[in-house]
Amino acid sequence: MEYFAQQAINAIQLGSIYALIALGYSLVYGVLSMINFAHGDVFMVGAFACLVLVSFVPLPFFVALLAVMAITALLGALIERAAYRPLRQAPRVSAIITALGCGLVIQNTTLSLSPYPRQMPRLFESVPFEVAGVTMNTLQVLIIGISAVFMLTLDFIIRKTSWGIALRAASCDRGAVVLMGVPVNRVISLTFAVGGALGGAAGVLYSQAYPVIGASMGVIIGWKAFVAAVIGGIGNVRGAVLGGFILGAVEVTTVVMMPSTWRDLIAYSLLLVILIFKPHGLLGKPVQQKV
Amino acid sequence: MKFSTILASSLAVLALAGCGKKSADSSAVRIGLNVELTGELPAVGASSRNAVQLHVDQINAAGGITLGGKKVPIELVVGDNGAKADQAAATAQRLLSQENVLVMIGPNASSCAIPASEIAESLKTPMISPWSTNPKTTVNATTGKSKDYVLRGCFTDLFQAGVLAKFTLNDLKSKRAAVLFDVSSEAPNGQANLYRETFVKLGGTITAFETYTTGDRDFSAQLTKIKASNPEVVFLPVYYGDVALITQQARQLGITAQFVGSDAWSSPEIIKLGGAALEGAYFCNHYSTEIATPAAKKFMADYEAKFGQAPDDVAALSYDSVGFAIKAIEAAGVTDRQAVRAALASIPSYEGVTGVMRFTPGSGDPVKSAVILQIKGGKFVWVANAAP
Repeated sequence: MEYFAQQAINAIQLGSIYALIALGYSLVYGVLSMINFAHGDVFMVGAFACLVLVSFVPLPFFVALLAVMAITALLGALIERAAYRPLRQAPRVSAIITALGCGLVIQNTTLSLSPYPRQMPRLFESVPFEVAGVTMNTLQVLIIGISAVFMLTLDFIIRKTSWGIALRAASCDRGAVVLMGVPVNRVISLTFAVGGALGGAAGVLYSQAYPVIGASMGVIIGWKAFVAAVIGGIGNVRGAVLGGFILGAVEVTTVVMMPSTWRDLIAYSLLLVILIFKPHGLLGKPVQQKV
Repeated sequence: MKFSTILASSLAVLALAGCGKKSADSSAVRIGLNVELTGELPAVGASSRNAVQLHVDQINAAGGITLGGKKVPIELVVGDNGAKADQAAATAQRLLSQENVLVMIGPNASSCAIPASEIAESLKTPMISPWSTNPKTTVNATTGKSKDYVLRGCFTDLFQAGVLAKFTLNDLKSKRAAVLFDVSSEAPNGQANLYRETFVKLGGTITAFETYTTGDRDFSAQLTKIKASNPEVVFLPVYYGDVALITQQARQLGITAQFVGSDAWSSPEIIKLGGAALEGAYFCNHYSTEIATPAAKKFMADYEAKFGQAPDDVAALSYDSVGFAIKAIEAAGVTDRQAVRAALASIPSYEGVTGVMRFTPGSGDPVKSAVILQIKGGKFVWVANAAP
């Protein structure tokens, strides 16, 4: 019984990180109908920004986390302003290629500055403790806790604040929203900033749990989080969270039952199956296009 | 621009690019180096390249290799295999066909050395891998026969597995061991399976045999299974980057077992990346700085003076591999691959900084001793020798 509980904790920790990154994809897709392929690399920049910050100034964990989130929020908004806004009227394909290109630029810049993998210093002592026969550690609790706080806050913001309403309106119909007097460009920039901040937070948490960071760490994780967002229903904030936890659970369960080389095969086969039955994702709603 | 102009100029450029084949002239002896400069094992490639460069520079400073009465300088051609099998094969192809090297040193990682050795064998060029311990590098896996052109500078995993299994049972007095390894990489795969075979044959029990794939960062599922199986020793025959993550996660999950590793641990980077979780772990290695011969001490001093850090086993083995190749080239007297291969076979033993490399006829594997080291106080400390 403890064994399953232990594996469940592992799944929740992994799922939380995927969920945080998946939120970035969903938010952006919801408002712009484009996939921000550079988002995985914003996650990576979050980890590196944390490393750089703490090598110069010994910051406590939460200060470092907030500082990195501010940096990656800025980065997210900057990418939008510089790379995506000029292409807003362009064919969808051009925007996708730009996104990919942005991601590669960020990746290779980091690679040229840091070709070797680096070790992330521990920002606080993680203490293992036992609860009902299950060994957890304070880092796991922190990751799960912080992720939960962010997700709940975002959910609240989306449903209850005026910016959240503006965001949902912009997702529905961007043209009409302008006519309502909503500053669409500002809403979009804010969306990218929030997505970037969450990605940066995920980067910090991930690099605390797995302290070896490299320039290409964002690629695979980015794709997996994107898969998670699609499973949950791309454009849907709660869907992204659900998708993240599902992917985490599937990955851990597969490794428990068979050699880990099968893990990605099973996880992505599951995606295919889910999409066959629910093409818009688990929580996505079919969107009618009025002609 | 007209299409025909574009076509004509593209063909011209391609023709020029194709003229890259260097002729085998005797004004320089070309030695190729196929190492892991980028990718998952950059520390291994850097060590290897540094040591080989050091030896080549030392020879060239004295004028070069003596061939037929004249002194000929050595030209070192370096290729990067990125620690990936396909890139290693492509680099080997380039070094042997286009760059026309006489001998190829490397690759080091078994996953790269095995495909590269097949290229060397088919192009009939001598290859010496300094660090690859997987038996398949020098032995054709399908026929079971030794390859003609491939040698290695170190012991094989068969010997190493025996050393580590005996160490676990006799010195650590542990009968229950769990194994976690990278199933998609040759060396860890071979080492894990051979260790399990030998350990069980000698009376031990393997409590868990878990795998992961190269690039994985999260081992919590596998480690939870290992913890549930209650081992006394956890054997981790994996490369240095992964060891750091695995041992940290293991301690975080409450695993208190003793960690034991293979020669794949040997890079000092492991201490930088690993930290407190590695304290007290044992692993098998090719040489120890503490029991060095005078020749080894001189090599260590030269290496430290030039590169600012002590040489690891990859460096020492690379130094010996290229030294052995140079000795064979001198004995051959000509820059001909067949002659060098015959010379390599005719030299029964070579005394290097890692000890004596003694070859038996028909085998590319030297008979060499191993050492057991422990990570203590952030340093590698010599514990025991293990002779074959």
